[in-house]
Amino acid sequence: MDGGKKKKGNSNVVKYNKWGYIFLAPFIIVYAVFQLVPFVSTIYYSFFENYRSGLKQIGPNFIGLENYHALLANADIWKYTENTFVMWILGFIPQIVVSLLLAAWFSDPSLRIKGQRFFKTVIYLPNLIMAAAFAMLFFTLFADSGPINSMLIQAGILAEPYKFMSNTGSARILVGFMNFLMWFGNTTILLLAGMMGIDTSLFEAAEVDGATATQIFWRITMPLLRPIFVFVLITSLIGGLQMFDVPQILTNGEGQPDRTTMTLIMYLNKHLFNKNYGMSGALSVVLLIVTGILSFAVYKFTTKQESY
Amino acid sequence: MKKKIVSILLTAAMTATLLAGCGGTAADTAAPAADAGAEEAAPADDAAADTAAATDDAAAADTAAAADTAAAGDEGSVLNIQCWNEEFKSRVTDHYPGYEKVDDTTGKIGDVTVHWIITPTDDNAYQNHLDEILPTNESAAADDKVDIFLVEADYALKYVNADPAVAMSMDDLGIAAGDIADQYKYTQDIVSDSSGALRGLSWQACSAGLIYNRDIAKEVLGTEEPDKVQDFVKDWATFNKTAEDLKKAGYFVESTVNDSYRVYSNNVSSPWVDGTTVKIDPNIEKWVEDSKALVDAKETNTYDLWSDDWNKGFYPEGKVFAYFGPAWLINFCMAADTEGSVANAGRWGLCVGPQSFFWGGTWICGAVGTDNPTLVKDIMLTMTTDKAVLKEIVEKDSDCVNSPSLLAELAADTSFGSKILGGQNPYQQLADGAEKVDMSKISDYDQGCNESFQAAMKDYFEGKVDYDKAIANFQTSVKEKYPELSF
Repeated sequence: MDGGKKKKGNSNVVKYNKWGYIFLAPFIIVYAVFQLVPFVSTIYYSFFENYRSGLKQIGPNFIGLENYHALLANADIWKYTENTFVMWILGFIPQIVVSLLLAAWFSDPSLRIKGQRFFKTVIYLPNLIMAAAFAMLFFTLFADSGPINSMLIQAGILAEPYKFMSNTGSARILVGFMNFLMWFGNTTILLLAGMMGIDTSLFEAAEVDGATATQIFWRITMPLLRPIFVFVLITSLIGGLQMFDVPQILTNGEGQPDRTTMTLIMYLNKHLFNKNYGMSGALSVVLLIVTGILSFAVYKFTTKQESY
Repeated sequence: MKKKIVSILLTAAMTATLLAGCGGTAADTAAPAADAGAEEAAPADDAAADTAAATDDAAAADTAAAADTAAAGDEGSVLNIQCWNEEFKSRVTDHYPGYEKVDDTTGKIGDVTVHWIITPTDDNAYQNHLDEILPTNESAAADDKVDIFLVEADYALKYVNADPAVAMSMDDLGIAAGDIADQYKYTQDIVSDSSGALRGLSWQACSAGLIYNRDIAKEVLGTEEPDKVQDFVKDWATFNKTAEDLKKAGYFVESTVNDSYRVYSNNVSSPWVDGTTVKIDPNIEKWVEDSKALVDAKETNTYDLWSDDWNKGFYPEGKVFAYFGPAWLINFCMAADTEGSVANAGRWGLCVGPQSFFWGGTWICGAVGTDNPTLVKDIMLTMTTDKAVLKEIVEKDSDCVNSPSLLAELAADTSFGSKILGGQNPYQQLADGAEKVDMSKISDYDQGCNESFQAAMKDYFEGKVDYDKAIANFQTSVKEKYPELSF
């Protein structure tokens, strides 16, 4: 009797499971075709010499870890890693500070900010512009005889045009600033959602106990916001490592000056000029490992004192 | 409700931006390659009659007419032409006898349907497209075969020297040396393979010169006559000395050092790559040396070509004495239609400059594997050697054409004067220049090397790195593009 019931229950589960699989199928198929297969073949091709010279295909010849050796033995890749991180941090620090501040203001019921929806839309808008178009805009604005330089000269601040794209500092800051502008709205919305999810009775209790706004923020909001915060940090880190379009357009793909704004993905793109799938595959794999390690480290580090 | 609408809008906008990225690659899907299969094979007589009637160049057509009749019967009914913009299409539409336009990407020549497959050059897309299809062209279905493809000088050798060949030689097409004798040698050097076989033809001779601002010339040099201005820029030493005088008067000798790069790089004594070794030619080194001196003395700038900073000199406020360029730059790029520009006032002049060079041009290649060799041959000959057609092209499109004898006629025509050049007839200068251009020192790697070199040297000119570092950056960049090369 019992056995029979169990059997029936099981077959029902299988029946329902079927629908689960059917609904999952589109995703799995798309994922397998467009993500998994390219992913595996990228790793596979990273062990081959495989590029084109003119119309002639060289390879694919199996060369083991030669691509990795050539890549890592060259000091350039470390330089590009450093460039990528510097530019990411230049954008991320203002991004997270401003976003936290805005999210805290928007979610604070005692402030009653008017036109919230309007502001939320406005700060999100830069993200809707294509990064390439945005970079093109900045390229024109900050050109040697562009509007920014003309204004600075007319205001008497500069005697002659400042070459924004030709100085490491200013070029990197421009890239960071653009990434900040594009992404702080998105981050604000995420953090805001996290903050709205915090039980308001906690804030009220803290207020009753006489906590200041600063104390409430650091002692209640931040700890409870941690999961969202970690999510923002990791996604931004991955996005930062994959930084490409903004510096690519701003520097014409050359990473000038002196290759100090060349990011890892721009470097990868350079290898695609001659369809060098071996080297670019190796670089992608290195990037994957670095991203994995960093994400894991960030996750561990920011969640280790979970004791609430 | 409102919230919903806002969020739907936001989502839609985001999706749109996501998909917008995919848009660019779709350009070549316009290729109407597959659909024409059902068309009937052209009756031999009709096709031959059309071709013969259409070709009013007696010399070229008559000798070949008999052979055409026999050959044309077996030929394909679809002519596929690979190109990167509308230029050649409009030349054929306007000037090829017997061409009928069907729609924007299709036409008809007799019973043969012509498909124009346009892939923009951005991000190397055009070359990538050719790289995919040309090597397998011979085995492609008859109506999908590429019959004609166009190339530019910067990368012509890549296709001309390809092994196995992808561009047909003149011998294979049946074009005799005598048919194409009235062309500039440099236009043939560019599309000659390593064994000397010619594999393409051009209707343009884009020889170029120094385009100077007449007002500035008059003020600083005391003359605006092309022959006299030439004395002030006749070689690089004099050019640099003139730059000093111009600087004193508050003018830049050229808009950017990249303006003169082509002039130096067209006059090298050895190619970029010898075997697999990259060599920097003395004339390129001289460009670096001269340019560094000009930039340090603030006699010019380091702008990129085509940037908004670069073209400031098209207007008097830009204070630029000269640009280096061919006829098309003068006619189409220097803002002649804009009120207040130097070109609009007709105040540019053209002289030969320190060294002769060329800039631009389009070459027509017959694709190996084509099933329309007779028609391909006829198009190539008609568009590049038929004097009546070339004359039409000069009159309608202001191209500087690839025919020394026609240019000589135009130069002798005293009634002709360019409005932009203040009434000057530029053909003498252009013809002289085209005669002197020597493009025998090109290599398969020129495009990549030239681009990398200019980009790397920019840092040096601006004082961001020293010369050795700039060279190292150049080498890194070349290694990325061509792993097989060494230094």
